[in-house]
Amino acid sequence: MKAGCKAAIPLIIGAIPFGVLFGTLAPTSGLSVWATMAMSLIVFAGSAQFIVLALIAVQAPLEIILLTTFVVNLRHLLYATALVPRVSHLPFALRTLLAFGLTDETFANMSQRYQPGSPLGDDHQFAHFFYLGSMFSFYITWSSATAIGLVLGNIIPDMTSWGLEFAMSVTFIGMVIPYLNTKAMFSAMFCAAIASLYFAYLPNKLGLIISALIGVSAGLSVVHFQKMSINQGEQA
Amino acid sequence: MNEFWLILGMFVITFGIRFVMFAFAGKITFPVWMQQSLKFVPPAVLTAIIVPAVVMPFGEMDFSFSNVYLLAAIISVIISLVTKSLLKTIFFGMLVFLLLKFLMV
Repeated sequence: MKAGCKAAIPLIIGAIPFGVLFGTLAPTSGLSVWATMAMSLIVFAGSAQFIVLALIAVQAPLEIILLTTFVVNLRHLLYATALVPRVSHLPFALRTLLAFGLTDETFANMSQRYQPGSPLGDDHQFAHFFYLGSMFSFYITWSSATAIGLVLGNIIPDMTSWGLEFAMSVTFIGMVIPYLNTKAMFSAMFCAAIASLYFAYLPNKLGLIISALIGVSAGLSVVHFQKMSINQGEQA
Repeated sequence: MNEFWLILGMFVITFGIRFVMFAFAGKITFPVWMQQSLKFVPPAVLTAIIVPAVVMPFGEMDFSFSNVYLLAAIISVIISLVTKSLLKTIFFGMLVFLLLKFLMV
């Protein structure tokens, strides 16, 4: 468990500024203090929390916010699928707890732990303690950072008038640009961008979901066509 | 906005997604196209949020140089490509935005 806490340190340090940023921005987006704290404590999903803030700020309805949460967090299905062989022998209650803490960061820790030749050895009998260590230290850091952000936001008055909503955009830009490493990903993002402007005036922020779907389909089509051309190359 | 339903809904959805595979412990598998499409979801959603936010910060499309949001966003993209660091992008991007805003007033 200690090893899990230790492995989580680099990721935790990286996450502190985002927890603080989340706590600072949440009230300016119109979320109450208790709801901000509850979101970090109960939902515990970093990037989805930021996206929801952006949606609350533009007064998107609850259904759209929840639908977006669903779409954004679907990637955790992949993480869970990858980890199933590692946890299927554990008792149900423990699996429930582990599922709650399945964040991007803990998944990254676990993938390293299960790599053959991990410094902690190839014996995985107690690897779930490593998982617990990573998730608990991450959970405590994320909640504390949110609380610190809330306090900071309270001290600095009138942050909305500074145009701090741009902080959200720049955060997302920093998250999105590293994805831009394949043609498929570029097409997905390009199509989502154009669609988001074309559908910008649809009611209830429906344009967001439609544009995201268009982007995903564009990415999938490029992957499909690339595969087809590779197959044809092999035949020729 | 009812915050109680917001938090509860987000919890049920997020936890449900994380839990369903663990609960059934490997009795479900996904088709390949679905696994492929999942990796496109976060960038597509984020892009669809960023672009309208910076192109139309006040509800109308504005492609002019007086739109500091768009200008700062383009510079942030370059910063991100150069530094490849999320924290540096946020810090310098925000700095550029505040400077531009200050200069334009």
